[in-house]
Amino acid sequence: MLFAKQAPKESLVVRGARVLDPVEGIDAVMDVRVDDGMIAALGANLDANSHKVIEAGGLLLAPAFVDPHVHLRTPGREDEETIASGTAAAAAGGYCAILAMPNTDPVVDSAATLGSLVESARTEAEVPVGFLAAITKGQAGSELAELGELADAGAAGFSDDGVPIASPGLMRRALQYGSVTGRRVALHCEETTLSRGGQMHEGAVSAELGFTGYPSVAESLMVERDLALAAYEGQPLHLLHLSAWESVQALRRAREAGIAATAEVTPHHLCRTDEAVRSLDPNLKMNPPLRSADDRAALIAGLQDGVITAIATDHAPHARHEKEVPFEAAPFGVTGLETAFSAIYTQLVEPGLVPLETILERMSAGPARAYGLDAPRIAVGAPANLVLLDLKASWRVTEDGFRSRSVNSWLLGETVKGRVRATVAAGRLAYSA
Amino acid sequence: MGEIHVMREDLRPPDPPPRRHFISIKDVTRDDLERLMATARTFERSLEREVKKLPTLKGRLVINMFYESSTRTSSSFELAAKRLSADTMSIKAAGSSVDKGESLKDTAITLGAYDPDVIVIRHPQIGAPQLVARVTDAHVVNAGDGKHQHPTQALLDLYTIREEFGRIEALHVAVVGDVLHSRVARSLTQALLLMGARVTLVGPPALLPRGIEAMGCESTTDIAAIAAADVVYVLRMQRERMEEGANFVPSLREYTARWGVTPARLRPGQKVMHPGPMNRGVEIDPRVADDADALIEAQVRAGLVTRMAVLYDLLVGAPAPVPVGEPVGVA
Repeated sequence: MLFAKQAPKESLVVRGARVLDPVEGIDAVMDVRVDDGMIAALGANLDANSHKVIEAGGLLLAPAFVDPHVHLRTPGREDEETIASGTAAAAAGGYCAILAMPNTDPVVDSAATLGSLVESARTEAEVPVGFLAAITKGQAGSELAELGELADAGAAGFSDDGVPIASPGLMRRALQYGSVTGRRVALHCEETTLSRGGQMHEGAVSAELGFTGYPSVAESLMVERDLALAAYEGQPLHLLHLSAWESVQALRRAREAGIAATAEVTPHHLCRTDEAVRSLDPNLKMNPPLRSADDRAALIAGLQDGVITAIATDHAPHARHEKEVPFEAAPFGVTGLETAFSAIYTQLVEPGLVPLETILERMSAGPARAYGLDAPRIAVGAPANLVLLDLKASWRVTEDGFRSRSVNSWLLGETVKGRVRATVAAGRLAYSA
Repeated sequence: MGEIHVMREDLRPPDPPPRRHFISIKDVTRDDLERLMATARTFERSLEREVKKLPTLKGRLVINMFYESSTRTSSSFELAAKRLSADTMSIKAAGSSVDKGESLKDTAITLGAYDPDVIVIRHPQIGAPQLVARVTDAHVVNAGDGKHQHPTQALLDLYTIREEFGRIEALHVAVVGDVLHSRVARSLTQALLLMGARVTLVGPPALLPRGIEAMGCESTTDIAAIAAADVVYVLRMQRERMEEGANFVPSLREYTARWGVTPARLRPGQKVMHPGPMNRGVEIDPRVADDADALIEAQVRAGLVTRMAVLYDLLVGAPAPVPVGEPVGVA
């Protein structure tokens, strides 16, 4: 389900880092040796043999990150992102695996389109990438795509991300077929008759600025519907980019009732509120929108207590000229692969809102499990998927610092703390700085 | 060639103007509004003279960019600039390179190359004036951006109220109608609150934006609430924004029956305002519009002098010296 370019596996020793793997229960200063891409030894003063040595005193070594929600814009908008540029950005952000959404041009709704992406990934992907395929043909919401064939062709899951499935009957059919494909169905929850024309969260800020509001209930109503269908069919589902307090409460109740639902949240929804939109900066426009302080608090609480198990960037590159327009004319979406950890470390970990261990788990094992992927872990015999982090380094987010082809970051101009120093993805040193 | 080079800097006043732009009421203080109204009053006196043109902004360039239809705002900005002897240029979306798909940014940069002192912009999208301000060196005046702000309308309305009542503080203003789609309602409410007035928004539930009370005003769906106000400010029903199937109100007929401002709903002596253009017989009864207590014509007159004040304030700076300047001979 994951594809990357063929490259020789690395042999290296990471010397003297604080090794922190919350899932394996490791938190100690030690060396990690990788032989031919596999973790071969953990311990003090490991023999380097002839391996490359990374001196990592004062740094943190953790399981590398998994991003379950990336837009690679390929095919169709290679000016905004390609498999090569998007996976290079992922490597720079500490990711060892990403999943790409199928809302491309053409939509990934046939084995032929999926096959050509897989071929490209095998020659250009810097880190392993999986491709979600569309649930419905053309993401048009009327007919199921050939989900079985797409699964056989390597689809990592199914989603009509960006477009909600309006018909409950069709949604039910998609969930039913999940038992055939064995792949997760991932849902963008939005009741468009409530969100139509919406530019930002509906509340005091939208009332004052004059923007048409996109109310929380437009999301939570659809979350409730899809959870009810999942319960009825006894099928798992994954909820994309939750933004609203009501959605978190609905998910919490469903999980307590035993429904196999997982959910993700983005760094921007964890770090910002609708107050930020007062700047009218189009790089703060995304779907779902930034919501109120209460919504943000509920997302943080949900992440903290494990109702929300994954952090996803929803990395959505847009051409500069498409974002350099009035807020209302700008497309939805912001980039995030290269800033996710730093943003969250700065805004949630440093102020003491969420422990570092929780963040590391929600950025790695959590999203991997949501899609049935092997979780990155630091254990002898496991493939090397490692991120080396400098928690003391501050840096300024600037347009010229990105490997992504697009610069529509919601953090431009800001100084953040915590920097990725190296990424090992599937046994290969994919990034070092 | 023997040309005389006059440096731009030589033509500038020694003190920099206090505000670069006039984009949102949120950006200004009560002092700013007081100063602008005082300047406007000076200009009103100057317009009573036989020759109405002042040399104050001679050699300055004011570009009007109008991406939406407008009669009173565009004409009053144009006349305001001319009365102050500035050169003016008016660009309308129709018939310009906007028709050929040019982006706002590129159009603004193109016009910015003429080195305008002020760009006045009206645009259907929120945030357009901020974009123009980012990509040009001109002072930017917002002549209406989508449903967001129309600060010069708010200023002329304040001026009209002040002229009528002699004060704004502690007055009660009811703003009636389609608040949701109204940039006028937003900027006026903010301006009135800044000046210490009380504001009640009145309209159908779907046309009162959720959360609007956070601005510091009250809101109600009960039209009877207007009877308590000193001023009833009637908003235009923006029929062009009432897209099919939105069902903001069941019908215009029902809107008029429930929320139309009629003589029966007003107390004698209550002052009525409307930003124009009016839909007579929809939001406002013709008898109300034509009554002596309507300040609608005074608003139009105030539009000219307050826009002169805005241009003057941005380019010459505050406070306004009196007299503002001697009239020039040729209009």
